[in-house]
Amino acid sequence: MSDVERTLSLEVVTPDRIVLSETAEYVRAPGALGSFGVLYGHAAFLTELITGELNYRSPDGRPHAVAVSGGFLQVLENRITVLADSAERREEIDVARAAAAAERARAARSLGPSGAQLLELDADLERALNRLRIAAPEDE
Amino acid sequence: MATMREIRTRIRSIRNIEKITRAMKLVAAARLRRAQERVLAARPYAEIMQRMMRNLAQGGQGLQHPLLEVREEENIALLVLSADRGLCGSYNTNLLRHATRFLDDYESDRVRLLIRGRKAEQFFQRRRTAVEDAQAMGSGADLVFADVQPVARRLRELFETRRVDAVYVNYQRFFNPIHQEPTTLKLLPLETPAGAEEAAELRDSQETIFEPSAEALLASLLPRYVDTQVYRAVAEAIASEHGARMTSMSAATENAGEMIETLTRTFNRARQSAITTEISEIVTGAEALK
Repeated sequence: MSDVERTLSLEVVTPDRIVLSETAEYVRAPGALGSFGVLYGHAAFLTELITGELNYRSPDGRPHAVAVSGGFLQVLENRITVLADSAERREEIDVARAAAAAERARAARSLGPSGAQLLELDADLERALNRLRIAAPEDE
Repeated sequence: MATMREIRTRIRSIRNIEKITRAMKLVAAARLRRAQERVLAARPYAEIMQRMMRNLAQGGQGLQHPLLEVREEENIALLVLSADRGLCGSYNTNLLRHATRFLDDYESDRVRLLIRGRKAEQFFQRRRTAVEDAQAMGSGADLVFADVQPVARRLRELFETRRVDAVYVNYQRFFNPIHQEPTTLKLLPLETPAGAEEAAELRDSQETIFEPSAEALLASLLPRYVDTQVYRAVAEAIASEHGARMTSMSAATENAGEMIETLTRTFNRARQSAITTEISEIVTGAEALK
């Protein structure tokens, strides 16, 4: 088979929209049991994702990053489908908004909530920090 | 017959009303476009999720989860999605009639009523129906998935803790801008997503690896599926509302135009006859002086 055909199709979908639909050579995702990579020919696979960074390399070799939080990833016949609660490409991340959200979560957290509320705030904070982490220009 | 001054006042007030209805129509049309896009945008997610669930059902042996548990319908919860405001034709009336008819089958003390939309809230308040939770619907201009999650979570909790045995949603299903239909959606228990014929659709059923396990995946997939169903219902309700408002405001604007036309004609006739009367009076007066 030619090289051209040995690519994966990658689709990232949230309840609000299709975040991206592209071809990729390599995809790396934050699985519930640890980060994992997917290459052409991967076995059928379904896993849960945690809040984190999804990376992929397009066929031209360029790397991309997407902030994802919560959801699932399915690999089926070289098609990768990601269902995420929320997802933004690095370029799309609204840094000011993420920073504000982190601030809000921190402030609410300092009031000493408990139980489910605390868990929720922690998750909010984690999501906001994740966005900030990914949006920050990395020295590669 | 009305005096000319009265007619003129009336024309002026109708013209003002027309301005308002036209503005409302334009606003509704703009919001409708966005709401419609949202309904469409929510589809791929729901479809993919259903596919994943089928895949899971096929891999896992027999699905078992609290959200799938079918029980005798002792108590139920109903979520009613109405608009906050009127001036949208029969949108609210039809929906609330549908909801009351639905509720007729249940004794009131067995129903937990949750509401989004001021119109439904006022309606049930007037009828002195106990409402567990009521909130505004909002314009829906910036509705996101996270907005519906709290109410969806609440409905799931009611069901999981066995305080209710079924959860329904009453909303106006969106077909197109001029067609919406009051609908009852059975949210819980979830219908098992896997039918035999659907499983066959996943051809050459290669063994899927589930991580951590089919059960664990199901446990986090199903609640989200419920949330997406609620999201979809809310998104459709909002699109329906703007569609209904656009249609009725468009009709109102047209009616106002017609009324202005008729009144203008009446006004002209009145003016004409006033002039005629005046002339004949002058002429008669002049004649008399001769």
